[in-house]
Amino acid sequence: MTSLWSRLEPLLARVRKPARYIGCEDGAIVPQHGHGKVAWLLAYPDVYEVGLPNQGLQILYEILNERPDAVAERTYAPWVDLEGLMRERGIPLFSVDSHRAAEDFDILAFNLSSELVFTNLLNMVDLAGVPVRAELRSPTDPIVMIGGHAAFNPEPMADFIDVAVLGEGEEVIGEITEVVREWKASGRTEGSRLAVLKALAQIPGVYVPSLYGVEYDGEHIREIKPLYAGVPERVMKRTVSDLGDWDYPRNPLAPITEVVHDRLAVEVFRGCTRGCRFCQAGMITRPVRERPAEQVRSMIVDGLQRTGYNEVSLTSLSTADFSGIESVISSIVPDPTACGAPTVSLPSLRVDAFTVGLAAKVAGGRRSGLTFAPEAGTWRLRTVINKLITEEDLYGAVESAFASGWSRAKLYFLTGLPTETDIDTQGIIDLAAGCVAVGKRHTGRANVTVSIGGFVPKSHTPFQWFGQNSVPELRRKIGLVRDAATKTKGVNVKWHDPSASLAEGLASRGDRRIGAVIERVWRDGGVFQEWSEYFKLDRWLDAMAAEGLSPDFYITRHRDEKEILPWHHLSAGLHQDFLWQDWRASLNEFGLEDCRWTPCYDCGVCTGDGLEHIVASPIPPAGGSQGTGQDLSRGGITPVTLRSKSSVGAS
Amino acid sequence: MKIRVSYSKLGKIRFTGHRDVAHMWERTMRKAGIAVAMSVGFTPRPKMAFGLALPTGAESLIELIDITLDPASGVTADQLDSIADRLSTSLPVGMSVTGIRECAGTEVSLQEGVVATTWVMLVAEPDGGPDIASAIERVNNSAEVLLSRERKGEKHLDNIRPGILELRSADAELMSSLPADWIGESVGHAIVAVLTTSGRGIRPTELVEVLVPESDPPINPWDHLNRVLRINQWIERDGERVDVLTGRAAHTSVSA
Repeated sequence: MTSLWSRLEPLLARVRKPARYIGCEDGAIVPQHGHGKVAWLLAYPDVYEVGLPNQGLQILYEILNERPDAVAERTYAPWVDLEGLMRERGIPLFSVDSHRAAEDFDILAFNLSSELVFTNLLNMVDLAGVPVRAELRSPTDPIVMIGGHAAFNPEPMADFIDVAVLGEGEEVIGEITEVVREWKASGRTEGSRLAVLKALAQIPGVYVPSLYGVEYDGEHIREIKPLYAGVPERVMKRTVSDLGDWDYPRNPLAPITEVVHDRLAVEVFRGCTRGCRFCQAGMITRPVRERPAEQVRSMIVDGLQRTGYNEVSLTSLSTADFSGIESVISSIVPDPTACGAPTVSLPSLRVDAFTVGLAAKVAGGRRSGLTFAPEAGTWRLRTVINKLITEEDLYGAVESAFASGWSRAKLYFLTGLPTETDIDTQGIIDLAAGCVAVGKRHTGRANVTVSIGGFVPKSHTPFQWFGQNSVPELRRKIGLVRDAATKTKGVNVKWHDPSASLAEGLASRGDRRIGAVIERVWRDGGVFQEWSEYFKLDRWLDAMAAEGLSPDFYITRHRDEKEILPWHHLSAGLHQDFLWQDWRASLNEFGLEDCRWTPCYDCGVCTGDGLEHIVASPIPPAGGSQGTGQDLSRGGITPVTLRSKSSVGAS
Repeated sequence: MKIRVSYSKLGKIRFTGHRDVAHMWERTMRKAGIAVAMSVGFTPRPKMAFGLALPTGAESLIELIDITLDPASGVTADQLDSIADRLSTSLPVGMSVTGIRECAGTEVSLQEGVVATTWVMLVAEPDGGPDIASAIERVNNSAEVLLSRERKGEKHLDNIRPGILELRSADAELMSSLPADWIGESVGHAIVAVLTTSGRGIRPTELVEVLVPESDPPINPWDHLNRVLRINQWIERDGERVDVLTGRAAHTSVSA
């Protein structure tokens, strides 16, 4: 176990941004390896600037290093320039903490926040000197593990990983450490790899793909079943019951070079029950668990003091829904003892006037731009996707924003949604134009930027059965919006080329046969697929053709209720029939309430796991109509009925 | 009160850039709990003025920063020593404060005042062609040393000889005074160079380009420059080069 530093050092002055590879962050630990300790290498399969701020990785890094029987270091994907030099000189993947070779670790654990990083995982495993295919690994090789949102359908990665962990990692990493510690103590003898994988499969939330067989009936899956006795038929995700028990990271990592979210992050709650049907994060992280407001405050003050940051981001899937939001903001913003009156940023804001009031409170003198996400252009389509924002909500929010001094608003939309027609697509520009008109009443400089993304259906959501729009269809719809925008004053359009959505769709809902496609793309040089300069659609299409697989079958085809989906044996806690009913309700343009404040509709998560929502306030937060059309601007009563429409033909 | 702080940047942290160091200092001042005066205007910035940028990958015994403290910080001149300790504790590993003094408002800024810096460089001997010792002799005996440099996207042939104020092999005494991980570094020929910073200035990598034989494609100077360390920064006073922090004249101390 020696450091690779002396071999890396001469290379670093020759590569771009060498600070990516040196560690040295505030909050980094000095790893104490030792006999009997399980060594984890926590890997983020994208560049350092993107990976360093990842909260999940920081939390696990700290919890593991607090354990007497574990040590954890970090690694990120080396950029192509350093990778070239490393391969030329036979330098393996290394940790940034002590520059130790990846093969010196017992577990190589990847955090997957998107499907487009799958090829980077293969590349990093290969750089580590570990066989890319799990079946070729020996007991001396580390266990290759994945977790994070994109691990909820791990089937396309089944050939390459030993273990997938579903759900939250705080508790399960300790249980995994104990099993691996025993394996180490037993000497990791020949043939012991299967035994340790079987032992890991006994831990709730741990899925070992090689212990399951998949049988096909033509293109379709006939059956997915355990190959060994005692292996669970269905793996349930892990959920931490009370976020207040886990006030991590206590020692946040503050990097010594610029990263994407260069500020303190404090997670105010986990889970979201708004029920947006396109949103995998909202579906798989249920139920809602708020952090106590007092703990949020102390994490902010302590984190700012430790890191020296003067900006804090209050993170969650919808931060204005945090019941302690006003008290936290009003106690932090004007308080010079809380590290000099920090700037507060509120990502993922709800669309209503109340939220704009919060934003105004934290914005100080800066009024650069405010971002809202109506996601769809018409109320009809918003009921389909259950993003229950009325036009009045949006215009109220925009009115409030321009009246408070903002002159720019950014609106996020998805295109390629179920039942979407050109009227809905055109509605995007109508909404934007309406916002400009509202803005013009306050400032002549009012302008609105529309940002459109192509929708990719994800596993464990009501839209998992929906056939994704083809790339040409997405391009056509984006073209409609762009054309309409040229005739509309004050509206600009930004979009991503939708070609990467094909690869994302393939990896999101693919089965094990897609593994061969991923491997081909990687071997052909297809790394950093989230970076448009490295993405080539043909690479994916050629790989599909070479494997004799149909893009239509995997991407653009609608699935039916009877179909066994590739993640059939994996559960995010949501009942399959709840998801199916919600899909039908969607096609009938029927909205569903937020169950935090309405009776339970039994999605399965709370009842199945013995959990409850942990919400400090029994009534919905002030502001907006919550889709009810009621005025809830001062904190409203429980919404009862939602607008609905009689059923209209499905897509 | 305005203070002038000198600090070292050694080891792994040398791979951070000038902008990174600026952000580190902002965080360091807040961690140390020392309030910095802010500029007025739409986006107030802390009043910190940095010395000459240190190239990414180069180390230094003497980097400089001028910081204007907020009157509310309550810092007085006799507290400066304890402030140095607080800052060193708050800086990242590899950086620590080596000197601190009050700085009169009338003093010339670091960017304008510093006219030259002294470097120790470990340069790998080239495979073919003259060795570094003879290359040094050639440069010292020439009135003109030409280097192709890019300006506004166009190549220009510059005579950099006037900017090479001193150039020689480093002696054992100097080498033994360097930081621990430099002592015993045997990779390359150790040279000392005093290079101008006025005008375009001369970078250590540019000096390497004229010390090693030309090749096609052009060499990457970092293939030859194993380590590089800034050991002095000089200002001009009464026609003489004097140390920016201590005011000592150049001829009394070239080494750190």
